[in-house]
This record gives sequence, structure tokens and C-alpha cells, in this order.
Amino acid sequence: MSRTLISHAQLQRGRGRFLYWALLGIIVTAFTLIFIGPLYWMVTGALKSGQELAQTPPTLFPRDPEFTNYIDAWNNLNLAKLLFNTIYYAAGAVLFQLILDTAAAYALSKLRPVFGNVILGAMLATLMIPAMVLIVPQYQTVISLPVLDISLLDSPFAIWLPMVANAFNIFLLKRFFDSIPEEIMSAAFMDGASPLRTLWSILLPMSRPILGVVSIFAVTAVWKDFLWPLLVMPSQETRTVSVGIYAFAAGTPQNVVVAASVIAAVPTVIIFLIFQRNIMSGLTTGSLKG
Amino acid sequence: MPAATATAPAPAGAVAPAPPRITKNRRKLQDNLTGHAFLIGAVLCFGLFMWFPMIRGIVMSFQRTRRGVTTWVGWDNYIRIIEDPSFWTAWKNTFYFTALALILGFVAPFFVAILLNEFRHAKGYLRILVYLPVMLPPASALYLFKYYAYDPSEAGLFNAILAFFNLPTSEWMQSPTMTMPAMVIASTWMNMGGAVLIYLAALQNIPGDLYEAAELDGAGLWKRIWHVTIPQTRLILALLAMMQIVATMQLFIEPLILANGAGTQDSATSVAYLIYQHGFFQNDLNGAAALGVIMLLVLAAFSAVYLRLSTKQD
Repeated sequence: MSRTLISHAQLQRGRGRFLYWALLGIIVTAFTLIFIGPLYWMVTGALKSGQELAQTPPTLFPRDPEFTNYIDAWNNLNLAKLLFNTIYYAAGAVLFQLILDTAAAYALSKLRPVFGNVILGAMLATLMIPAMVLIVPQYQTVISLPVLDISLLDSPFAIWLPMVANAFNIFLLKRFFDSIPEEIMSAAFMDGASPLRTLWSILLPMSRPILGVVSIFAVTAVWKDFLWPLLVMPSQETRTVSVGIYAFAAGTPQNVVVAASVIAAVPTVIIFLIFQRNIMSGLTTGSLKG
Repeated sequence: MPAATATAPAPAGAVAPAPPRITKNRRKLQDNLTGHAFLIGAVLCFGLFMWFPMIRGIVMSFQRTRRGVTTWVGWDNYIRIIEDPSFWTAWKNTFYFTALALILGFVAPFFVAILLNEFRHAKGYLRILVYLPVMLPPASALYLFKYYAYDPSEAGLFNAILAFFNLPTSEWMQSPTMTMPAMVIASTWMNMGGAVLIYLAALQNIPGDLYEAAELDGAGLWKRIWHVTIPQTRLILALLAMMQIVATMQLFIEPLILANGAGTQDSATSVAYLIYQHGFFQNDLNGAAALGVIMLLVLAAFSAVYLRLSTKQD
């Protein structure tokens, strides 16, 4: 461990040692309250009856916890269908991103066709455009696809295809491929391997960690997205879970809405707890060392 | 790759030894075709959902479509949008939110990261805590704030805490003055984890000898932060400030869910919400496109000024 703002030695003696442990205790408690506290409130609040929830001061533990809110949320909002939709969109997004973005990054990094750099530049330039600015013309594209003139409304492709246009992923993958030595590539070509075969049997097995990061990001992006699915999935049968809760919120008791929100959040929290190391390292490598 | 396999057998089948330059060119062409075959899927998606919409948005902002007939209308859409009574309110609110979010959401994560970086214990746990809200679907987290935390009676979480310490309670989203701060608190809670982790990684790259040398020169804790930590992380600080401003200027889901869109006395209307309103409720996609172009120009102008200022310092 290299030295930081305060030297290690200073924290191991007398007053420094006491201050360090006191501060650590305070911070751990405060952070737990700030970041877990609201989640606890959310999960237990939805276990309370409407009467208990309106009580002042609020109760710290539900007096007689009842699962009716969760059951109502599951049944009335048709959460099973909403969750299935969201999982379906997320899985497709992962598949499309992995296939098309990996192929593109491979071409840009290793095959380097003419105008490759121009295309890469044009892709990276889209990182500068705020998403909100494009929302209207993107919606126009979805309701009437150019040339083909078909509507993608309520079609999962309306979520899958825009997810492929992700310059950050292409950049992340390309940089990873760049770090794979050229000799490995030329050795494979010498042995008569086609570009596709080289990608499949040599590059991809080496890139498992980065592919994992890209997949996790795709899943969480689809799960968290709100405005885009709200626009392109207008009918009740195709909604994602966030949009579904929003659509039902107005005519549903508050406790039931929060219970549904808890259920909607469970999958991403589980994904995070399992993959937290990959998620955090992917986040920092992607943004720092570029 | 049908293109690649179709051309491949041709040179092998040629009986006469072809001049080397032609085979070389042919080989080059084939390699290029293969390369572009790998690229085509992503390029099409970028074309359909990024490059073409960028141009189309600008074109749309000068057109009007009524009953399927599209005509050029010059600056009409822009005039109509600017004359909308909510236009200036929306910009005022958006700038106010951005400024508040910068104070809370930009400064706080930096100091949180500095603090976490000093700890030798519970590091992993604290990191997971800070990042956990980032993983929640924003709609879920915002309903929690809306119904449980910002309940205007004393049954709400925040008011209960305030009442416990005998502090005055607040109406939160019902009060036009508290609407923005309440949205900033919710938004910062949801989003600060990413910034904290990026700062932490940047802090770990600072060479320890710099602190050692500063301390030998008699620099205290604040001086070390000011003269070592901040200059060493300046680039990433500048980058994140910029990214955060662009993100907060697109404020949308917080007003939509917490304030049902416009909020009490229009106190929550944001520019992005106005785009949504015009485009999808007032049947005015062209006006919404015009507002999008205005937003793009404002953000581009801002970025240009910002880049100029931050490069001048060097």
C-alpha cells in the first residue's frame, strides 16, 4: 500500500490511531445509514399497512408485517410479465452488443480497413451528443424506418438496435484488442486461419473479462433505462418494469407502488452484489486510462 | 462474409501468372471488404440511431408535419418554442438544478473519495455502499423518495428525522422553493457512486512521494489536499465536472416522477421535460426537435467556453 494523504505511521500511534478508528466508525455508520437506510425503509415500509404508514412518528419496524402489498403489486401490475419483458430486452441487448460491437471493434483494431479511423472518429463523436437532443429524431426513425418504412414500435428491435450504437463499448473493446500483440494475429493468419476464425478461437477467449463487463453494462443499461422504453414500447404487453410501474402509479396505493419498486430493483442489486468487482473495475478502467 | 469467399478462389484459378501488382491490389481489396463486413452491423446501427437522427433533428426543426404533409416553415418552430411561457422557466430551473447538483454532486464525491482513500479497513464495504444506489432503476429509487422520504406530513422519513431533532419540517415537493433542492438530493444519492469510484481510482495513481515531500516541507492536511491532491487529479476533475453538467442539464426523470412533471407552480419543469411535453403530448415533434437543437447549441457553447478556460490554465 503506497502512502496517501496521511502517512501510515501517523495513524498507528496514540492520538492518530484513536482518531482513525473513531472516524472509521463514524463513517461506516453514517454511510450505512445514508445508503442502506433508505433501502431498508423502502423494503419494510411496503410491509406496513396504510394506517401504520400514515402514523407519526413513523415506526422503525413494521408492527405486524404483511406481504399483501407485495402480493398486490405482483398481481395487479402483472409484474411477472413486466420482468419477463425486461429480461428479454436485456438478453437481446447483450447478444446484439456482443456480436456487432465485438465484430466492429475487431475490425477497427486488427483488420483496419480503409476509412476505419474515420468511422471510429464518427462513432466516438456521438459520445459528445446529449441523449435528450436525439430523442425526437430517434423516435421518428423508430416509427418509420428509413428506406424500409416499417415501424419498430413495440418491437424489441427498437431497444436492441440503438443499444449497439454505443461508442463507449466499441472504444472499450477496441482498446482491449489493441493490447493483444500483433504477433499472435499474424501467426494465426500464417496458419491459414480466416479473420472470423481468428476472432472466435484466439481473440474472444482472451477477452472474456472485457466481454463480461460489456454484458453487465448492457443488462443494467436496459434495466435502468426509462424514457426510451416509455416512448417505443407504448402498449401494455411490451412495457419494461420501470415503465410499467410508472404507468400504474397514478391509480395504485403508494405502498403497492413502492412494493413493486422493490421487486423491480432486486435483479440489479443481485447482479451488482455478484459482479461488483467486475462492474467497478470496468467503470474505472473505461474512464481513466483512455 | 460472402464478399470475401466469393473473390478468394479467383486468383488461385488463374493459370497465367498474374502481374504481382494486381494480386496485391486484389488482396488489399479483399482485406478491406472483410474488414468492412465486420463493421457493417455496428455502422448501420450508428447510422440509423445516431448519425442520421442528428441531421434529421436539425432538418425537422425547420419543418412542420400536419396530417402527413411536411412543409418547410423556416424559424416558426423556434419562435413558437421560445414564446412558450414555460420556455424561460424551464431553462431557469435547469440551470438552477445544474448549479445545485454541481455544488452537492461534484464536490461531495471528491471529498468522500479522499476520505475513503485514507482508510485501510472496510474499504470494499464502503465502496459497495456508495455504488449500490447507482444500480437501482431510477424509477424505483424515485418512488421511494416521493412516497416515503418527501411525504409532507411528519410520517415522511425526512420530516420525521427533522422533527426528531426539533428542526422545522418541510413540505418538500409541495413547496416551490424546496422542489429543486429535494430533486438534487435524490439525484445525488442515486448518481454519486460513479464519480466516487472514478475519483478513488485517480487518487490511487498519485505517487506517495509527493505527499511525503509536501509533509517534509511542513504542509498541513489542507495544504496537501490543495497543492498535491487537486493538481494531481485536475484533469479527471475537469472531465467529470463537464460530464456531470451535460448529464444534469438533461434532467428529466426526477421532475417526471417526483413532481409529476411540472411541479408546484412550474418549479420543476426542465428543458428535457419540455421536449417530452411538446413532442409526445402536444403533438409537436417539430417544436420538440427545435428545442433539442437549442439544447445542443447551449451545451456545445458551454463546452467550448469550458474547454477554452481549462486549457488556458495550462
